[in-house]
Amino acid sequence: MSKFNKKKGGELPAVNTASLPDIVFMLLFFFMVVTVLRKDNMLVQQKLPKADQVEKLKKDRSVFIYAGKPSSRYKEKFGTEGKIQIGDKYTDINSLEFALSEARTKLIPELQGKVVVGLKVDEQTNVGLLQDVKEKLRDLNMVKIIYITAPGNDVQQ
Amino acid sequence: MGRRATPEVNAGSMADIAFLLLIFFLVTTTIEKDKGIARQLPPKQDEQPPVDIKEKNIFVVTVNKEDQILADNELMDIQDIRQAAISFLDNGGDGTCNYCKGEKDLASSDNPEKAIITVKSDRETSYKTYIQVQNELVAAYNFLRDRESERLFGFKFTKVKSAIATGDYKGNEERAQTKLKEIQALFPMKLSEAEAKKSQ
Repeated sequence: MSKFNKKKGGELPAVNTASLPDIVFMLLFFFMVVTVLRKDNMLVQQKLPKADQVEKLKKDRSVFIYAGKPSSRYKEKFGTEGKIQIGDKYTDINSLEFALSEARTKLIPELQGKVVVGLKVDEQTNVGLLQDVKEKLRDLNMVKIIYITAPGNDVQQ
Repeated sequence: MGRRATPEVNAGSMADIAFLLLIFFLVTTTIEKDKGIARQLPPKQDEQPPVDIKEKNIFVVTVNKEDQILADNELMDIQDIRQAAISFLDNGGDGTCNYCKGEKDLASSDNPEKAIITVKSDRETSYKTYIQVQNELVAAYNFLRDRESERLFGFKFTKVKSAIATGDYKGNEERAQTKLKEIQALFPMKLSEAEAKKSQ
């Protein structure tokens, strides 16, 4: 009987945490790989309209154009009229051409012909501004566009 | 001069450091998932050849600067656009469209092949309404394409399309693509955008 009694007296062994750093490092690497630190500093308001009939955007072949009112901290300097932003600076409608071809050269050469223009436009913007941009895109022969939207739908069916 | 053994580095705090980094990346991560409504702009042409389109084959949606919507000469709420567009596309007025289930109204579109939807907007229309209208019109096409693909092949057009796009499609992708093309041909998306007119 003494054989069995001996075991009972032992304390609960501590959980071995030696592999904890490994687990944490694994998670860390995962997040480091998937993280995209925001490249463009937003100078315009970006509350995208909602839509649910959407397609996915192919990241590698896209150039972004942002449009909207200047964000609250730039309001005093630039007013409240809708503005266009490419990269991290405001762009005039007339210099759109230059800014876009500059953005295009940053893509891989094979995909430069198939470029898709992602339009991130704030929901309070006037369509007129968008129209000017689209007109310029037609001039530049960049006819594939995608209106980037937020998920959801405000319309009640 | 006996050399002392170098003391072992204490690795106990390694986990803490790693945790700190982990939390930093967790917070800064934004897994980007840009989605949107894709469009192809009409190419620039010097001279547009005049195309003869019957008026009944065009469904005009006009959005004014107060964001009011006029569809087919009727003032409409945004909720009703989808249904109106569906019945316009699905009409099949000349009887050549054997899969259409519409009313065969002679005053509406002849067949989906000829039916064109035009969105006219004012320069001061808000982008929000504009996108809502676009979304509803795409939804009308998707509804009809879903219906036909379920009838012919037993799957939903939109589901298979998004599955292929994300790479989740199980089965023969090429065969599915040709099926999708067939469905697209049944209801070709003819959405034209007129230029925004200046408001007075």
